[in-house]
Amino acid sequence: MAFEKYDFTPLTQAIHKALIENVSPLLTTIIEWTIIGVLFLLFIAIFGLLLVYVERKVCAAFQQRLGPMRVGPWGLLQTIADFVKLLMKELITPKSVDKFLYNLAPFIVIIVPFLTISVIPFAPGLQALDFDIGIFFVTAVSSVGVIGVLLAGWASNNKYSLIGGMRSGAQIVSYELSVGMSLITMVILAGTMQISEIVELQRGGWFLFKGHIPAVLAFFVFVVAGTAETNRGPFDLAEAESELTAGFHTEYSGIKFAFFFLAEYINLFIVSAMATIVFLGGWMPFHFGDWAAFNNVMDFIPGLVWFFIKVFGIIFLIMWFKWTFPRLRIDQILTLEWKYLLPINLFNILLMATMVLLGWHW
Amino acid sequence: MKSTINYIAEIFRAIWSLLTGMKVTAKYFFTPWNNVTQQYPENRDTLVMFDRFRGEVIMPHNENNEHKCTGCGICEINCPNGSIEIISKSIVNEEGKKKRIIDQHIYHLAMCTFCNLCVKTCPSEAIVMGQKFEHAYWNRTSMTKVLNQPGSKIMEGIKE
Repeated sequence: MAFEKYDFTPLTQAIHKALIENVSPLLTTIIEWTIIGVLFLLFIAIFGLLLVYVERKVCAAFQQRLGPMRVGPWGLLQTIADFVKLLMKELITPKSVDKFLYNLAPFIVIIVPFLTISVIPFAPGLQALDFDIGIFFVTAVSSVGVIGVLLAGWASNNKYSLIGGMRSGAQIVSYELSVGMSLITMVILAGTMQISEIVELQRGGWFLFKGHIPAVLAFFVFVVAGTAETNRGPFDLAEAESELTAGFHTEYSGIKFAFFFLAEYINLFIVSAMATIVFLGGWMPFHFGDWAAFNNVMDFIPGLVWFFIKVFGIIFLIMWFKWTFPRLRIDQILTLEWKYLLPINLFNILLMATMVLLGWHW
Repeated sequence: MKSTINYIAEIFRAIWSLLTGMKVTAKYFFTPWNNVTQQYPENRDTLVMFDRFRGEVIMPHNENNEHKCTGCGICEINCPNGSIEIISKSIVNEEGKKKRIIDQHIYHLAMCTFCNLCVKTCPSEAIVMGQKFEHAYWNRTSMTKVLNQPGSKIMEGIKE
């Protein structure tokens, strides 16, 4: 197989072997945890900054502007400058806030992407945790974030924050359902919840093509509900700046604000990565039927590159939504979920189950 | 039954309208050469402002140093904030008649709101809005301008 030369398993095995031969098993585990933790920390910081830059450039292009152009060539250093500014700002704690909850909230919000990112396979052999119930873990952990949002909204003791937090709570709790159900649709097709297994099953063809109609439906539902779950536009009414200043993070400044900001963008990455894994075959290259020559050329592109191409494709799609559609009202958001996405989803699960039962998929 | 059909039809209509919107933004995204942003200090040599842009009031002169201003003072009357002062003088023309002509058309740029009323009401179209917009000066007196050039005359054939 052509993939195997890009497999990261020998590298990780070699590191593990070198450690276990030289230090005690306990120390080995600790060192490995530290390495993975530092790698994820770096990845989240760098990728978050990159996504903010990409967002600003893409949004500018959609509005016929240029975006940041002054700091560094093509404004590349803009987000770094912004981040340094945020690091140096004073952390203001308003007088009447609930101190403990106020300080806790940003950490709960930032912990979610750290947990979910651990199950994402970036390339063959490059996955930190491979649970049997990977999909279930992602849906379970990603709903912890809403607690942070609600805490931030409540503890700030500010009406804008409270309204923003409550809206966000209603929205995330509703859309969690659609995200979970569209994932269940694909779990029925895959027959497993283990993420590495799901990716492996797509070697012969991505689930989006294998499951045709219900998979495409589930894909669109997932992208819409995922956008809503990350509180991004057009579902960004939790922080609707024209009516709520900044919603639940109005009272935050400096690095705590940066945590909310970073978490939003990393959640965007995680939603895109989940869509990539479940619908677009993770790091699997694009293969077309029996065109052997074409398939071989595709195999030469490493899995890591494939993964990020797909992720950026979906991120672009989500940004396209955000900068095209106007913001929904709270009643419209709940109508969309309970009157449209949920019935479609239930019907879709039935359709997928029937299809799998009768063997109508490829 | 009818409501079910309506429900499904509504979904497709909604998707269609969303796609229409996305087509518009996609067109903007994939035609970056149509961007409206100007990289101002870099392109100041090639920057062309719009025709309707109102930078300042100017009085065009032709190659013989002649303008169209009769010194009637209508622009001064119409200016809402008094940024135009007309100083006229009397001369005796060839026929021996006394005639009032413009001496100095004084324009206070610092007081001007660029409302275009003076240009609209000028009966002889002597003043227009110019395109220059870099109006930063070190001294306030530089913002008081005399629009008619020294030694200029009124053009032939302008009705008074």
